[in-house]
Amino acid sequence: MAELLQLLIYGIVTGGIYALGAIGISLIFAILRFAHFAHGDLMTVGAYLALSAAAILGLPLGGAFALAALLTAGIAVLIDRLLYRRLRASGAVVLLISSFGVALILRSLVQLLWGPETQVYETAITPPWRLGELRIRPVHVAILTICLLLVSALHLFLTRSRTGKAMRAMADDPDLARVSGIATERVVVWTWLLGGGLAALAGMFLALDTRLHPLLGWNVLLPLFAAALVGGIGNVYGAIAGGLVLGVASELSTLVLPAVYKPAVAFAAIVVVLVVRPRGLLGGR
Amino acid sequence: MELVGLASFLVFFLTLAGIYALVTLGLNVQWGFSGQFNIGIAGFWAIGAYTAAILDTPASPFHLGGFAMPFWVGALAATLLAAAVAFLVGVICVDLRTDYLAIATIGIGEIIRLVLKNEEWLTNGVRGIAGIPRLFEALGRSGQALAFLGFVLLAILLVYALVERAARSPWGRVQRAIRDEELAVAACGRDVRRFRLESFVLGSAIMGFAGAVHAHFVGFISPEAFDPLFTTFLVWVMLVVGGSGNNRGAILGAFLVWAIWSLAQFATAYLPLAWAGRAGALRVLLVGVLLQLVLLWRPQGLLPERPPPPVVRRDA
Repeated sequence: MAELLQLLIYGIVTGGIYALGAIGISLIFAILRFAHFAHGDLMTVGAYLALSAAAILGLPLGGAFALAALLTAGIAVLIDRLLYRRLRASGAVVLLISSFGVALILRSLVQLLWGPETQVYETAITPPWRLGELRIRPVHVAILTICLLLVSALHLFLTRSRTGKAMRAMADDPDLARVSGIATERVVVWTWLLGGGLAALAGMFLALDTRLHPLLGWNVLLPLFAAALVGGIGNVYGAIAGGLVLGVASELSTLVLPAVYKPAVAFAAIVVVLVVRPRGLLGGR
Repeated sequence: MELVGLASFLVFFLTLAGIYALVTLGLNVQWGFSGQFNIGIAGFWAIGAYTAAILDTPASPFHLGGFAMPFWVGALAATLLAAAVAFLVGVICVDLRTDYLAIATIGIGEIIRLVLKNEEWLTNGVRGIAGIPRLFEALGRSGQALAFLGFVLLAILLVYALVERAARSPWGRVQRAIRDEELAVAACGRDVRRFRLESFVLGSAIMGFAGAVHAHFVGFISPEAFDPLFTTFLVWVMLVVGGSGNNRGAILGAFLVWAIWSLAQFATAYLPLAWAGRAGALRVLLVGVLLQLVLLWRPQGLLPERPPPPVVRRDA
């Protein structure tokens, strides 16, 4: 029982991290209509930028994270301006191929600039808190708290601000949004800012929980897509729920499957959702 | 470089490029003909390579094997097994929209890689399988290399003839029609699912065969011998550069991109020592940028698709 609860805790933390990445994938999928294959590598870029922000500028980890998230959001917009925007008329599949290429470009840039070895953030090692048989790592509490704060802020942004409402309108029906006078290109920029920033934070949290590696983000791309699909494409709350489902499911899978086969869980989730309930658990497009 | 060295490098280069050309032809059947997005290419390739390696090597205490079969048995089994796996995957995934299929095939490729890496009894895990017999061993070193190149070129010719015939046949017309206007084809009473499954299986079978040829060329395979994601990416770039939908384009793209890749290898050899370890990443960057330039400036590729002229019945 204690083991199960422990795995559940790990799963929820992983799920919170997945949720941050899956929100971006889901929004981009709904608003720009293509599967963004470079999303995992945006996470990697964000994680490494934070490493350098801490090392070069001497920022504390929190400040380094915030700066790196802003930088990554800018990079995401830049990639869109340079490539995706010009390819938008060519169709979703060309964008998909292009983003696959961008994934490789980002990954090789990370290897060039920071090297192929694994690295860690400089953090004081704090012993886990003990709650009966359970062990709770302070870093997990911090990650989960920030995830909750970010998701709440996102909720306020999407429901209260004009831009947020425009984003939801465009995710629901881009053509209708366009004819009703929404400045679609502005919404696209906001989508990349949000998607890129959240992806970067997801990357940093994942690196904080494990360690930095050039394949950090690519390795979780499959669960991120799975989370977005489980939640329903374009549905932000669905992506959050999907992230939690995937995080918990992949941790619990270690009870029955060898841990090395964790990625199979995400694949199974994708297949089940697409075959049984293509619009996702909470409904989407 | 001396002439002999240059010649032997050229033979080596052409053989590897030729193996890539086979894989690219397989992808063209899936993507070029019927518009199915496969990012699990390296997985089907690896299935072929491992099947041939297990069947054709002498007994080893480290992995399943000891059958010491001749090459053609291994190659046939590799083709069939890749086709069988593609069939199983296809039955589940072939209905999916292009982008969903792309996502699902990442998972397929990843699971195949994990099985090959972790099932040590079968594949010797990360240590890989060595001692895969090379073909034409009796011909001596340079004769062997030349004969193998001849064999690869012959294989390309045969596979090209096969897929070109398929593309021009009624079957190929239906495939292209499904790619361009799926609903219309369904409305005409064609079994879209079956046609898509057929091209997915045929393409994967060709990749499996190429895997068997590759295993017998390099003599040693391991899960890390080639970066699976990168292999898949390289094949995609080859097809996009050459011209998807065009079989000659697929072959041209494979040789051209492999030439660029190999030339970049020479260029990066002059990098300062501190950067030597990162030369691989630099080359990936180069290929990635190449892909973006082609997508932006020549999305149809060097040899654009030329569908055969429509059949017009004179008496109608």
